Amino acid sequence: MSEYLFNRFGEGCWHQTQKPCPDLVDCLREGPKCQQNEAKKAEYAKLMAVYRRDTITKPVIYLGTGTCGLGAGAGKTLAAIKAYLNDKAIDADVVEVGCIGMCSAEPLMDVQLPGRTRVGFTHVTEDKVAALLDGALKGEFDREALLGQIKPQHDGIKAWDDLPFIEDHDFFKPQTRWVLVNCGLIDPGSIEEYISRGGYTALAKVLKSMTQQEVCAEVETSGLRGRGGAGFPAGTKWKFALRESSNQKYFICNADEGDPGAFMDRAVIEGDPHRMLEGMIIGAYAIGADKAYVYIRAEYPLAIKRLVAAIEQAKAYGLLGENILDSGFNLKVIIKQGAGAFVCGEETALIHSVEGKRGMPRPRPPFPAVSGAFEKPTIINNVETLANIASIINNGASWFNAIGTEKSKGTKVFALSGKVNRTGLVEVAMGTTVRQIIEEIGGGIGNGKAFKAVQMGGPSGGCIPQQHMDIEIDYDSLKKVGAIMGSGGMVVMDEDNCMVDVAKFFMDFIQRESCGKCIPCREGTKRMLEILKAITRARRTEGGFQALERFKGIMYLQKLAEVIQDCSLCALGQTAPNPVLSTLRWFHDEYEAHIFDRKCPAGVCTELLIYDIDAEKCTGCTACATQCPAEAIMGKPKTPHYIIQDKCIGCGSCLTTCRFDAITAK
Amino acid sequence: MASVDINQILAKYANAGRDALIPLLQEVQESYGYLSRDAVILIGRQLNLPVSKIYGVATFYNQFRFHAPGKFHVQVCRGTACHVKGSAGVLEAIKRHLKIEPGQTTRDGMFSLEIVACIGVCGLAPVIRVGEEVYAEVTPDKVKRILNSYRRKEAANE
Repeated sequence: MSEYLFNRFGEGCWHQTQKPCPDLVDCLREGPKCQQNEAKKAEYAKLMAVYRRDTITKPVIYLGTGTCGLGAGAGKTLAAIKAYLNDKAIDADVVEVGCIGMCSAEPLMDVQLPGRTRVGFTHVTEDKVAALLDGALKGEFDREALLGQIKPQHDGIKAWDDLPFIEDHDFFKPQTRWVLVNCGLIDPGSIEEYISRGGYTALAKVLKSMTQQEVCAEVETSGLRGRGGAGFPAGTKWKFALRESSNQKYFICNADEGDPGAFMDRAVIEGDPHRMLEGMIIGAYAIGADKAYVYIRAEYPLAIKRLVAAIEQAKAYGLLGENILDSGFNLKVIIKQGAGAFVCGEETALIHSVEGKRGMPRPRPPFPAVSGAFEKPTIINNVETLANIASIINNGASWFNAIGTEKSKGTKVFALSGKVNRTGLVEVAMGTTVRQIIEEIGGGIGNGKAFKAVQMGGPSGGCIPQQHMDIEIDYDSLKKVGAIMGSGGMVVMDEDNCMVDVAKFFMDFIQRESCGKCIPCREGTKRMLEILKAITRARRTEGGFQALERFKGIMYLQKLAEVIQDCSLCALGQTAPNPVLSTLRWFHDEYEAHIFDRKCPAGVCTELLIYDIDAEKCTGCTACATQCPAEAIMGKPKTPHYIIQDKCIGCGSCLTTCRFDAITAK
Repeated sequence: MASVDINQILAKYANAGRDALIPLLQEVQESYGYLSRDAVILIGRQLNLPVSKIYGVATFYNQFRFHAPGKFHVQVCRGTACHVKGSAGVLEAIKRHLKIEPGQTTRDGMFSLEIVACIGVCGLAPVIRVGEEVYAEVTPDKVKRILNSYRRKEAANE
């Protein structure tokens, strides 16, 4: 939308981008305050209803085009929708929205007819568009692709009689959506839609009626803890920075979501960028910073694009820049693209990266709140933390801390992935059990397999086994079982996953990402990986001395892990052995099977398997023999083949090549 | 790919300090595809930094490449969710199909291969990205089809 809404206020309004009015947000929502003009008020009430899409005059088609949607083919679906509307000469709006969170059902399309509720469909690939829209635009819905309708928010909208509500869907019912409330519903490219749903009212309230101390105190009382992993109370941290007197302070939003397996920050920025931006402006005001950075991963091009657009719009409305809402408070937001280093999630490393140096941590104190970026007081908050701020200010601290456990308040977003039926973004109240998330929201494990463990907290976290599935999620209870909240990655594993292999995977990641500053982490993680590799190496490929070393390694694995934990400088090193320690603790038998029986019970560690060809099933197609890198498969064409075990290196390529199930691995 | 003159990029950073180094490197890589030695020297002159320092920073981060990438840059996600769903097999299949290792470019300059930590599409694992296009739920046998579709596209263009 090229026209800014404040241009329509008419006579009496003096608001300009350069000279903002403190009442702007209220005026936008309720009509200009400086005029006693009922017609204008009605006009704005109507406008807001249009932006909320409560009143629409023509059908609206919403399509989820977040990165996950696009991955599932939403780009082609979008083209198909546009072509369909063009062909049939139908006048309808097509809105690209963020992700509602149900990644496994992407691409997701909603259709809303005038005066009726929005109806959602799943798995809308390009070939299904025409058939779905044929019916939907007439009010006939294909039950198979149906997700449900969104509950009507006011009287003007009539619900369809016999359609289920999305809010009652198994995936959404146990959730408490505060951070994700707008994700997938609003157009992330439109600041007006965000304002129409109550956006920027918190900022207006803060700038108009709250002191910096009051803002910090409100956030502190709410009990909001940093959602990036460590869980430090956000308000307390702000107070530290506020207390410092300095001519320059910085506010940094950490959107460097390095944890492989977490994507909530991406989804929030892609689906509702203004929510995070509003939280950041409030935070910067609270500590007295006039420069803010968003440190975001370069791997998220779409999120960066949406964020750039959001910042431009906020500037145009006078919600960013000089003299925000005539309060005398200035804020400049700069986007810094992370260059791909996991360690940059650590505050001091992130600061170094912002300064243009290698992202290496430094000892604390001094804490960044005292001396951070460019040696000035700096506050770093995670995207999700900031996305919570606006609702805390609007609804009060007591509203926020009414939900949650004793020491962890509010909600937490988890990125549910791996071997569950329904993957996606899940926001639950603190205190929800792991079992609820996996079995109710995630719909359990697919293909009739048995649940084995859920990995939480990424490379710094640990696994939660079957027997602890009823644990209530909060920062402290998770620590007790050796996992951490982390940024909220939740990777579910079933019986086909080998825990030694998972530990090896994380160790491989950590040793690559170790910045190299301190020896325990740099060298220790490498040695741990070597030990794990030795455990999963076949006897046929190791000599006597290597076998001896393997045994020595196993004896020292636990001790080495403790040394790394104790002697590393930053959180990356201190938590680096967690994946190994937690799998050792809960899945000792699997390690023993690898070490003593030299077998991988899950059949993942290919080197430990012994391959054989079932002569009954083999057709002699020679496919495996051509694929075998070791030339270990012999046999004439059209006669059963056989494997020479001495030559076999256990790569498993024959197993994946064979189309006749003739190859067995034990 | 070198459509923009490096001096044009450098001109934008006329009075920039050290903190502009990473954005500058990113912008140069964006338009050239990689950081050539000459580019690094020019950047050093611009920011008044020794070349060694710039390499020190550039080699620290995973994003920077020092060899020309292929026409289509293939990124294989090796995040946790992708690993659990079998991305190792996908990577293996791509390696076998393209006959290159991660970090290398095929002889014909068509494809280059890179391992990335996480693309953030964990719900649809395993994923790969070719150029700007993201492919979800990739299996080893889909790899050939995906990569060949680019070969065909390229052949049709010529």
